[in-house]
Amino acid sequence: MTAAAARSILSDRSLVRDVGALGLAVFAVSISFGAIAVTAGIPAGLTILMSLVVFAGGSQFLAVGLIAAGNPFAAIFAGLLLNARHLPFGLAIGDVIGTRWWQRLLGAHLLIDESVAFALAQPDPVRRRRAYWATGCTLFVLWNVGAVLGVLLGNAGDPNRLGLDAAFPAGLFALLLPTLKDPTTRLVALTGALVAVVTTPILPAGLPVLMALSGLLLLAVPRRRPRTEVSS
Amino acid sequence: MILAVIVGLAIGTYAFRLAGVVLRERVALPTRVQVLLPMAAATLLAALAATATFTDSGVFAGVARPAGVAVGAVLAWRRAPFVLVVVAAAATAALLRLAGVE
Repeated sequence: MTAAAARSILSDRSLVRDVGALGLAVFAVSISFGAIAVTAGIPAGLTILMSLVVFAGGSQFLAVGLIAAGNPFAAIFAGLLLNARHLPFGLAIGDVIGTRWWQRLLGAHLLIDESVAFALAQPDPVRRRRAYWATGCTLFVLWNVGAVLGVLLGNAGDPNRLGLDAAFPAGLFALLLPTLKDPTTRLVALTGALVAVVTTPILPAGLPVLMALSGLLLLAVPRRRPRTEVSS
Repeated sequence: MILAVIVGLAIGTYAFRLAGVVLRERVALPTRVQVLLPMAAATLLAALAATATFTDSGVFAGVARPAGVAVGAVLAWRRAPFVLVVVAAAATAALLRLAGVE
């Protein structure tokens, strides 16, 4: 990112504020990740390495739990199942990241739920790109600084006591609202969300969210057209 | 052993990320599919939000979290600022837990 680009991001006050709000919640969760990982017996250096190179919260928590349970293969497999959604995310917003190779190589690592959601919520391509990079870079820094802090503290308490587990879905919903104004998208997305929630108790982590894509099948159902009076 | 898990997970995850980004550029997608892609992303995000609201490690998440998210959702719908949405959702869940409601 050039200095000019960085300046233009900082000039977008509302974006900085909004990313910061979700960033604080992410920061607290990453502190608890660092603490939980070292408590589970993962060496401090490897905990921080995992945060840096995986950079996908859900799969990191899952992997730590499965490593602690002595099941390393499941840790990789389950983690990758959880992260498979990044492929369709990349397909959907790949053009937002940039056209140069270094932009794609670097930008791909910043592809997380939040950067996709913030990008999708923007009205035009310039702002989409700005939002994507701003969110990705901010959360990358906060996530890893938080992990280091958690490793050092060793015990961060439970972020759920601060209600932070409600912050992520609420923020995501707010970011999705403009997209959900379109009736077709709303129908598909809400159907998909319902499928995901219903299948969560029976399917391994990660699959329910992918199953939500079945909501797109609704588009294949021939729709009853609104009856129009034949003017005679 | 732990290092191998981390490297495996990191390479696989980055491959998913980069594959989507590069495929978008390399493969000439029909217009109809291109229209579907943002819808697919929105659907995945909606599913993430819904499962994160109602479930925790595959089981029902309790009352406090969905209640917090509901307060945030109503505020978002009434066009409250994003910061307020996030803070109100967290505060509601935290206060309910403080009151003994899980």
